[in-house]
Amino acid sequence: MSTTLFFKNKPAIIATSTICGPKESQGNLAEYIETKILDDTFGEKTYEKAECKMLSFTIEKAIENAKLSLDEIDCLISGDLLNQIISSSFSARRLDVPYLGVYNACSTMSEALLLSAAMIDGGYMKNVACATGSHFSTAERQYRYPLELGSVRPPQAQWTVTGAGCAVVSSKGGFLPRITTATVGKVTDFGVTDANNMGAAMAPAAFRTLVNHFEDTGRSPEYYDLILTGDLGALGSRLLKKLCDDKGINVNKNHVDCGEMIYNIDEEEYQGGSGAGCSAVVLNSYVYKRMLERKFNKVLFIATGALLSTLSTQQGESIPSIAHAVAIENGVNYD
Amino acid sequence: MNAKNSNPSYLEYVSKISPKTNEKRSLFRAFWVGGTICLIGQAIRFALEFFFGLYGDILSGTTSIILVGIGSFLNGLGVYDRIGKYAGGGSIVPITGFANSVVSPAMDFKTEGFIYGLAAKMFFIAGPIIVFGVIGSVAVGLIYYVVGLFF
Repeated sequence: MSTTLFFKNKPAIIATSTICGPKESQGNLAEYIETKILDDTFGEKTYEKAECKMLSFTIEKAIENAKLSLDEIDCLISGDLLNQIISSSFSARRLDVPYLGVYNACSTMSEALLLSAAMIDGGYMKNVACATGSHFSTAERQYRYPLELGSVRPPQAQWTVTGAGCAVVSSKGGFLPRITTATVGKVTDFGVTDANNMGAAMAPAAFRTLVNHFEDTGRSPEYYDLILTGDLGALGSRLLKKLCDDKGINVNKNHVDCGEMIYNIDEEEYQGGSGAGCSAVVLNSYVYKRMLERKFNKVLFIATGALLSTLSTQQGESIPSIAHAVAIENGVNYD
Repeated sequence: MNAKNSNPSYLEYVSKISPKTNEKRSLFRAFWVGGTICLIGQAIRFALEFFFGLYGDILSGTTSIILVGIGSFLNGLGVYDRIGKYAGGGSIVPITGFANSVVSPAMDFKTEGFIYGLAAKMFFIAGPIIVFGVIGSVAVGLIYYVVGLFF
């Protein structure tokens, strides 16, 4: 059974915006990030409020970049990592636009793009804002230990990105990157139980979605200039390549991972970045700009998410993961 | 359908290529930092003994209180969490680590209010230590009592 959607009208990503915290602003992609904040509380009293403010800030900025007003946005599709996705919902409260809250952990960005493309392709909506974000300090508080405890991070761990990204998808597009196909992922679990080793938990999900995508579309890895996974990190990327090699798929030439790109790993990031903000920032800053410059023309974006909670880990469950693939292409079917 | 949530050969490969904690380095850091904290404690103890003439339970109690005080203070300044990141177990095992485990959630969760945040979450790391500490000491006390009946 095919799990891939083929979009006839090929909705375009007409504008993006990104925002990053101090650490990310000194990373590899610093020059491509639109708004850099020097204070990770963003002038707010709590980190949760800061995360929400970053998200709504970048949504407003993206809509502004798209030269649209808030009234012209038919829907905001957004999600984040906090319990009951409060950052997204509170952003929607502030912006006062129609809102669909979605959650697929760190693959929320590709889920939002997929849903927005389907809405627009079906003719139900014209302009949709897709956004996700995360914050290192809120994630640590929710998933791990208090920040002041200073617990030791194991070497297989990743670092949650403090940042947010928003893409405005529209039915009117012109010569802009278009969403052509998207593959809905299946929840995959190979039995990894170490919540510090997200890359290993998520690599099989990315692999399965890749295989399904190539089977459904009849494309091969060479078709794409870039196969961009979400936040597998260095270790997860190695595992994905190994899984692909075993299956006879060669992604060595064009696969990169957002988690590996975002930091110039020097101290405690170990395997690289993670979090919903990681793929959102990389896609909407560096990759989108490169697509506008025609440096990349065919990008397969596969954000990966680990669908665990602190409760499920404590009850001894392994980590189920998911990955959705969205193909973004230049030079197709312009009207 | 893919009901089986396990792939042994994959898991084996994961554990093969996952980076391991550098045990020698961790042990060395824990040893010298933990040892230094204990030396400081011992110095405080001697000082109290010689200058204030304290002895017995009062001496050990006062020493602990001073160490906990220093640990909490350093934690508030954001120094102890840095020591913790460096030394791992070496900063957790001494009593200053216990102070850290109480103070850090109290600081972190004060944004959720004084009752449901600070006060309720204060012992969420130290709670298990207290529970098993009390159970352990009761068990040891019982063994001591029973052994004492025969010898």
